[in-house]
Amino acid sequence: MHGRPRKAPKPEDEAASAAKAQKLRALQTQFFSYHHNKIYTKEAVELSAKLLEINPESYTAWNYRKLAVEHYLSQPKSNSNSAKSILDDELRVVESALRQNFKSYGAWHHRKWVLSKGLSSIDHELILLDKFQKADSRNFHAWNYRRFVAELMNRSKQDELKYTEDMIYTNFSNYSAWHNRSVLLSTLLEKKAEGFLSKESVLPEEFEFIHQAIFTDPDDQSGWFYHLWLLDQTVKADSSLLVSSWPAHGSDVLVLGDRCNNGSAFSPFTTLQSNSGSFPIVLYFNQSVEGVSSSTVTVESGFNNSEDLVWKPLSLSNSQTAQVWVAHLKFPTSELHSSVKVSVGHSKGIISASGSQNSYPSIFSFKVHVQPIERDSSQGSVSESILWRGENFKVYGTQSEESIPIFSFDQLSMRNDHEPMASNWCAEALAKEIECFRELLSLMDCKIGKLTLARSLMVYDAMSFSCANKLVHSEEVLELYSDLMKLDPSHYSYYKDERSLVLLQQVTSSRESLMKHCFQYKDSVSSTICKPICLRLNHLSLSRMGAFEKLLWVQILDLSHNELQSIEGLEAMQLLSCLSLRNNKLRSFTALDPLRKLKLLRVLDISYNQIGEHSIDTTRYLCSSPLSHSVGSEWNNDETVISDVALINHWEAFFIFKELNLKQLDIVGNAIADEKFNSILVKVMPTLKQLDGELLD
Amino acid sequence: MEDLPPYPPIDPTTFDLIVIGTGLPESIIAAATSTASKSVLHLDPNPFYGSHFSSLPLADLQAFLSSHPTSPSSGYHHDFSVFDFATRPLYSSLDISSFSPDLLHQHSRKFNLDVAGPRVFFCADKSIDLILKSGANQYMEFKSIDATFVGDDKGNLWSVPDSRAAIFKDKSLGLLEKNQLMRFFKLVQGHLAGEQGIQIFEEDLQSPFVDFLNKMGLPPKIKSFILYAIAMADYDQEDIGVCRDLLTTKDGIDQLALYNASIGRFPNALGALLYPVYGQGELSQAFCRRAAVKGCLYVLRMSVTALLVDKDTGCYKGVRLASGQDIFSQKLILDPSFMVPLPAGSSLPHPLQDKLPVFSLRDDRGKVARGICITKTSLKPNISNFLVVYPPRSLFPEQVTSIRLLQIGSNLSVCPPDMFVLYISALCKDDDQGKKLLHAVMNTLLTVPVSINSESNAAVQSETAESGCAVLDETAESSFRGRSDPGEGKPTLLWSASYIQELTLGQVDFICSTPMPDGKLNYNDLIDVTCKLFREMYPEEEFFPETSSENSEGDGDVALET
Repeated sequence: MHGRPRKAPKPEDEAASAAKAQKLRALQTQFFSYHHNKIYTKEAVELSAKLLEINPESYTAWNYRKLAVEHYLSQPKSNSNSAKSILDDELRVVESALRQNFKSYGAWHHRKWVLSKGLSSIDHELILLDKFQKADSRNFHAWNYRRFVAELMNRSKQDELKYTEDMIYTNFSNYSAWHNRSVLLSTLLEKKAEGFLSKESVLPEEFEFIHQAIFTDPDDQSGWFYHLWLLDQTVKADSSLLVSSWPAHGSDVLVLGDRCNNGSAFSPFTTLQSNSGSFPIVLYFNQSVEGVSSSTVTVESGFNNSEDLVWKPLSLSNSQTAQVWVAHLKFPTSELHSSVKVSVGHSKGIISASGSQNSYPSIFSFKVHVQPIERDSSQGSVSESILWRGENFKVYGTQSEESIPIFSFDQLSMRNDHEPMASNWCAEALAKEIECFRELLSLMDCKIGKLTLARSLMVYDAMSFSCANKLVHSEEVLELYSDLMKLDPSHYSYYKDERSLVLLQQVTSSRESLMKHCFQYKDSVSSTICKPICLRLNHLSLSRMGAFEKLLWVQILDLSHNELQSIEGLEAMQLLSCLSLRNNKLRSFTALDPLRKLKLLRVLDISYNQIGEHSIDTTRYLCSSPLSHSVGSEWNNDETVISDVALINHWEAFFIFKELNLKQLDIVGNAIADEKFNSILVKVMPTLKQLDGELLD
Repeated sequence: MEDLPPYPPIDPTTFDLIVIGTGLPESIIAAATSTASKSVLHLDPNPFYGSHFSSLPLADLQAFLSSHPTSPSSGYHHDFSVFDFATRPLYSSLDISSFSPDLLHQHSRKFNLDVAGPRVFFCADKSIDLILKSGANQYMEFKSIDATFVGDDKGNLWSVPDSRAAIFKDKSLGLLEKNQLMRFFKLVQGHLAGEQGIQIFEEDLQSPFVDFLNKMGLPPKIKSFILYAIAMADYDQEDIGVCRDLLTTKDGIDQLALYNASIGRFPNALGALLYPVYGQGELSQAFCRRAAVKGCLYVLRMSVTALLVDKDTGCYKGVRLASGQDIFSQKLILDPSFMVPLPAGSSLPHPLQDKLPVFSLRDDRGKVARGICITKTSLKPNISNFLVVYPPRSLFPEQVTSIRLLQIGSNLSVCPPDMFVLYISALCKDDDQGKKLLHAVMNTLLTVPVSINSESNAAVQSETAESGCAVLDETAESSFRGRSDPGEGKPTLLWSASYIQELTLGQVDFICSTPMPDGKLNYNDLIDVTCKLFREMYPEEEFFPETSSENSEGDGDVALET
């Protein structure tokens, strides 16, 4: 059925098909008249069968037959015998329709419907399936139906697993068979059936099996799909786990009311300025979770009641699952020294994406020092302005060594006793995979092989050296992706994204490498010297941002001169107050969606991007919009906006900016930025003090 | 033969062609010539069809292989010079051993043993095409050979990864070897399909295949699979000194193409190879039946005694039958066992003197050693019909040719239920070498009961067998029980025959003689020679013209039992 070239129709075929269409139209007309008049006579039902035999895709005819069956079954004189014979007739009609087109959705569905009545014998079904699966072993309709029948018959999953094996041995290019195998294995593992107690006992054999396919024919994709699933099963944690947090475990956080504290002994990494009377606590999990609340997360502090905390998911859609959660801890107005202890997952309720209720409990604690607000900062707004100029940034490490507080890198990542040790077999399995694909690549150039090797290496590093936070193979991985970008230009962007993520992992993997990107801001105007540390990840050709779990502490971020098209995930950086996205490839305001979640953001530079250049906004379909259900209500409620025609034309901009409390914005160098647009921005953001370097009144 | 009532005289007495012998080449020519609307008389001295290509019951096989040469008896004709035919021995060093005579005697007629085994069809063979084209497929039924193995001196049988699915399934190849082999297959397939960018260079095509495989970096194990179990090379390709049929890359690729085209040609054939139900003798018989339908006249159990030659011109005129009747024809085809010895010091008419020596031409390609074994258990459990190839040097260092073994079970109706027939063959220089090759395989795979010594004379042997019957049976019994001996899982030999067959080429002249079965596994070379013979004889006739009406129902399909 696959790989057969289509032949151009011959003239006589065309004539035949025209005649067939003529006949079909006549049948259809008659059929519809029966259907509309609810006529279920023998003659009428037979006509529908005739129609379906010619055109099994006629959904209406299938539905008509369902109605007819219901009609007959509801007759007073109907008994189980007559019902059975009615249903058997249906099975025959389906079978002949399937012979006409065995990929007819309607026919397969009708068969399921008939069997669900529970009156028909199902013994014949597997024989029928065998026939169809022999005719086309990849026919996913048949495979779907097979799962349905196997379930109905209570056929053992082990037998079905064996069946996939047989089919794979006949021809291993069988997506459906591999897929069914993954479905069956998942169920067996979940049920902990005999011989399937743990992944450890099952997956190595599966790896062995799939290697045979991959090595025999690396150009065949079906094997790789299964391999990807296996890799995922190997590294995927069922239980959710806290990966990192802000504040980090063991850190000393200084919260300043408004002004900075000169000569303070606190690190610029952990000093936070807040005039809202609260500071965020950010939880970063290894996967999307739901159910983070004051009952699943306990915060013990001397000054706040845990129950009052509201945990919010940081997700762009309005879903209640997210990888990152935030709560704002209120602190008193008086000076305060207190320690805070946060316990996550000690009581059940945090549910992982796979539905697992398990979450590894973690505890982290930090000290918090609050310096009350000094009401002498009327000029604060000016001092907050930032000039993103190179000369204003000094490498942090070059300043006097003594004044640098201990920068404990390990504190940034969340590692404690509760974390399960990366199981040995996972690391071993991965090591084997890596070795395997190195061998394959030594024989031949294989794109998907390179990609798999790159992925495996990254996971392996993350798994084996998690404590040391080392990336032993990052250089090799970067090279693999660079290679792939050349070899496979049609997927260039994907490789570039992956490469960016690896690069970011590399930068954040050690204190030394990260420190090279840490700068202190000091301009000629501002007198304050204790601005927070600025992380500069500029000029790195990044097309995607990542490594957020290690960057939760960042307050000033320079991502200028990269190739970012999206800033997905940036919503995790809750402390961010200044952000430069200058000179990137952002194409629309919808790409800035994550910024809406950054409540502390005050300074934003999106100058010299491509906003407004492209008439089609490809990110619109990925992000929420007024068209999507989730945000529609917000939009409609804002009557003032509706009335303003100019705003309607720039709804995306409005949508992003109305929720931001920006004081400084640079937007010059985008196609959309003109006088008129700027005036709209000023209107939308009353807090704005400076636009494109110009002070506003 | 003598007991049978004499044949009535044959009428008419003149034919376009007389064919003596019902071997495959003779039968094909008889069918082709009849199809071309010529009158043909087809005779065979034997009471069965197939001659050197026949499948015979146990006792008949012994008789056929040990048939003695006949010497000329004198005759006279007033119009013609009469040259008596002699038959020459084409089989030598016949050894037959029976270890369970009772059992076999009881079932003797249930055997259909191939004289020219082992032989199989590739699904895409020329012979299959010819069978379909000629309509002979109506008289035959086939089954798939289940697998091909490569054997080693330890008695292991390794399955030959001959397709994508087989490579995937294979347990003996490493991952990298699988990759290398599949990539090689893809290269060949791409080359054959004329895919862009995948091409094997002309200079490579002319170079030895083994050099090309080396160039591709294939490991020795895979090279051996490709050369001997797929391309079916006869001689050690890596020893130029002994190799008499060094395959060029082009030949090798053609063989791979044949193999590749064979897999999947018929939807219900499992692999590349087929075997006919009731044995290979069916093939000759099918062509004879085809010829008979087209008007060819058949007389079995009828030999010829003399050649009739025109006294003046020295031209062929006809033959004298064993019945004494003289039959005349334009042309004559002779079974390879017939020859016309030149009478010493005879004064032959001039033209014939030049022509006669062709009959004594011998093929100098050596000989082929053949062996037939009967066992009660399969060499490999759960599988009954399969081919095993022993590449050169796989059994002993001096083994310069491939040895091929074919096991056929009772489901192909060649033996009684629960028995298996093994056919073994190898090319050899002389009888000693041939016997050594056969014994090497038998000793590796089979347990030979020790009590009996094989006899080189079938007649003597059968006497011994009968007199020592009780003793032998006991030995056979005990040897069956002895199967539980530690480390001995080998099937026990019930019966074996080994013999050395001459190789002769076909000859075209005013009298044509057909070739003996060659040392190949399939019939392709024989069909080529036969086709050439026919074209030489009848340059103006087509060799089985395409017909549309007659075999339309079975067109393009062979009967495959599954």
